[in-house]
Amino acid sequence: MVTLSDYAGLQPAWCPGCGNFGILKALNQALVELEIEPHHVLLVSGIGQAGKLPHYTRCNVFNSLHGRPVPSAIGARIANSDLVVIAVSGDGDGYGEGGNHFIHAARRNHDITYLVHNNQVYGLTKGQASPTSDAGFVTKTTPYGAANPVNPVSLAIVSGASFVARGFAGDSEHLASLIKQGITHRGFSLIDILQPCVSFNHRNTYSWYRERVYKLEDESGYDPGDKKAALERAFEWGEKIPIGIIYMKKLPVYEDQILTLRKGPLVTRGITPERVESLLAEFI
Amino acid sequence: MPVDFNFMVGGEAGQGVQSVGFLLAKVFARGGYHVFADQDYESRIRGGHNFFRVRVSDSRVGAIVEAVDVLIALNRDSIELHQTELASDGIAIFDGERIKDTGSDGGLFSVPLEKLAEEKAGGKLMTNTVALGAALELVDYDLEILNTVLVEHFGEGKVADGNIAAAAAGYEYAKTGRKGSVRQLKPVSSTKRMLLTGNEAISLGAIAAGCKFMAAYPMTPASSIMEYMAAKSKDFDLVMVHAEDEIAAVNMAIGAGYAGVRAMTATSGSGFCLMVEGLGLAGITETPVVVIDAQRPGPAVGLPTRTEQGDLQFILHAHHGDFPRAVLAPASVEDAFWITVKAFNWAEKYQLPVIILTDHHLASSYATVDPFDLSKVIIDRGLLFSEKEEEPSEYMRHRVTQSGISPRAFPGLSRALVVTDCDEHDEEGHLTEDAGERTSQVQKRLRKMFSLRQEAVQPQLYGPKKAETTLIGWGSTYGAIHEAVGILQKEGTSVNMLHLNELWPFPAESVADVISKAAYSYVIENNATGQLARLIKAETGRDVSGRILKFDGRPFTPSYLAEAVIKEGC
Repeated sequence: MVTLSDYAGLQPAWCPGCGNFGILKALNQALVELEIEPHHVLLVSGIGQAGKLPHYTRCNVFNSLHGRPVPSAIGARIANSDLVVIAVSGDGDGYGEGGNHFIHAARRNHDITYLVHNNQVYGLTKGQASPTSDAGFVTKTTPYGAANPVNPVSLAIVSGASFVARGFAGDSEHLASLIKQGITHRGFSLIDILQPCVSFNHRNTYSWYRERVYKLEDESGYDPGDKKAALERAFEWGEKIPIGIIYMKKLPVYEDQILTLRKGPLVTRGITPERVESLLAEFI
Repeated sequence: MPVDFNFMVGGEAGQGVQSVGFLLAKVFARGGYHVFADQDYESRIRGGHNFFRVRVSDSRVGAIVEAVDVLIALNRDSIELHQTELASDGIAIFDGERIKDTGSDGGLFSVPLEKLAEEKAGGKLMTNTVALGAALELVDYDLEILNTVLVEHFGEGKVADGNIAAAAAGYEYAKTGRKGSVRQLKPVSSTKRMLLTGNEAISLGAIAAGCKFMAAYPMTPASSIMEYMAAKSKDFDLVMVHAEDEIAAVNMAIGAGYAGVRAMTATSGSGFCLMVEGLGLAGITETPVVVIDAQRPGPAVGLPTRTEQGDLQFILHAHHGDFPRAVLAPASVEDAFWITVKAFNWAEKYQLPVIILTDHHLASSYATVDPFDLSKVIIDRGLLFSEKEEEPSEYMRHRVTQSGISPRAFPGLSRALVVTDCDEHDEEGHLTEDAGERTSQVQKRLRKMFSLRQEAVQPQLYGPKKAETTLIGWGSTYGAIHEAVGILQKEGTSVNMLHLNELWPFPAESVADVISKAAYSYVIENNATGQLARLIKAETGRDVSGRILKFDGRPFTPSYLAEAVIKEGC
């Protein structure tokens, strides 16, 4: 049986009260509830406070470059299809530096889960605006206020992601359930996580979110398979902010199209140079 | 009399220059000849001026030569630009019904190519094959070999039949339209040789070495590697991902390498610029990855379809911070295969990025080689973690060892957790800022170079052990320099050559020794500043006597080099 103690990692170096604690708790809970053993999990992270998360749990870890966890995760996922591959970013890492990878990973619908800790501010570099900062957010680098934010949820939907959800770090039970569904879903699963930053974002605080978030699953009649409805909810940001599964559809998965992968994980195949003989003959 | 015969096919992009050139090379390879062929083309899809040179010889050749014996001129430009390159008894085949007023008719032989294609082969599209048939008649070659190759090339059916008819029409016309052949090139043997490009040799080397993952973004002259790998992926336990950009490509390859498969990417200089941060990631996480840089003239977009060796200093230093890497530069098509196998072994044994520096000239030139002896392909995956020998819970990915090499475990294949980080990390792989851990990890990584240095092969000296002049080259210039040495020796010059196909770790002692023994030493490089000369100075403290450089985007020829050496006063 897998227990939470299997996932006990190093002591986090986050600020007390940081939203990341709720995300770490939810992730560990999701992995335990799915009964996945740590050695079958690979966390691939980028740079920023979110990028440190894998060190604070216990599993295989590839802490990649700033903005690059998604391509590294894709490479590892294709090399070993038996691994549960989860990429972890922050809003700067995933939607700024790694924006291009985000769009194309969604488009190709790679079978990885992508957690983005979205605190709408840069934490590690101390308080600059991020790609998701609310318009007008004044920081040291945006004296005239931040420009319009990226809308990651709608961007993921229009780019072709097959599972798009939004969670809230202040509700780790609910978030754990989203992460579980994201892991189980086949295809690119984005979970954008509203994460209060207690040090640098005094606008989007725990209470600011608590007053606004509502769960889509509580609404009878909401169909996450309806793309138009999903896009409408993706743009809802103000008095009310939806959390839960916003869009979910069974779509062709990149890795499923690759015939070679149907024979089992690449990493378990042997190397047989003599097989190349048939190729040499083609050049004679 | 030895055979050394040179064909050239010239025309616009879209006129079938490439296919006629390839078919010419193929039919002579089939006839037992040695062939070297290069492609000169512009960065456009239609129009412009392209040419394809096919050198046919009864001994091994590794370079192009200037004098053209038979020119197939598919357009006016081909006559205007290349008529002067004809050998004294050279012939240019052209369509006099379409190209009028050609000025001097020296060596011109008009064949109604388009008319014959329409009348005998069912369409203008076959014009180039009519010319091919005529060219083969001029050397009295066996048309049956071409017919066989055409069927293999196009598959049985209408297209092959049309091309066979077109070739026959050209052949017959030339037979009656001219008296006697230029030269007899009868098939000489049934020796089976492969005819392939440098890029194809690299691809075969990668597959033979067990490369199971490639991610890349198309860029001339590297694209044909990703295309070949993609084409063979289904049958060879291989996945090729066409990534959104070069940054993604290198990071995907590194992710796959971390997960335990042999992985690579391929690009050209400015694509490599985007991969540089990935190089450091592989360095600090000690992840094996093979990166092909098929050089073209820079900076920036430079000359996209031409050749240069201008990336050497960049590749040696790309990225910030200190970490080990290896840089290899294949000297020939055959070498490209073996160097690639070596690159994959080194990447895994020493857990570092290995860069293969090739260039447009080698990437896209065809050469005949004996089939690679696959029993000589050795796979060495380096130190691996074993559950039998070590408790998984005690596994540490970056364990400090005397050699600097820590056994690799692969995530998910055992209970050992594989942790690594692009931040400085401790032995377990978790990020640390501890001064002692930092120092020991940097030293551990750098220690790997010590063992790698022991394994590096010393560069070969060709020609007499002692000579007054030594020519020093690296990478794709091998064929041209080697032949130039032959020319110079015949003229009485005391000369030998040292050629490097392993550039880092740098073989400082042998290079210093060779330079000290020669009265004069010259580097020969396809770049503007003598980047190898700078490397030699940095690593040996020695200056070479001079630099023979070419940076017009075109490859060296043996006679160009021989003249350049003589001009230096040797």
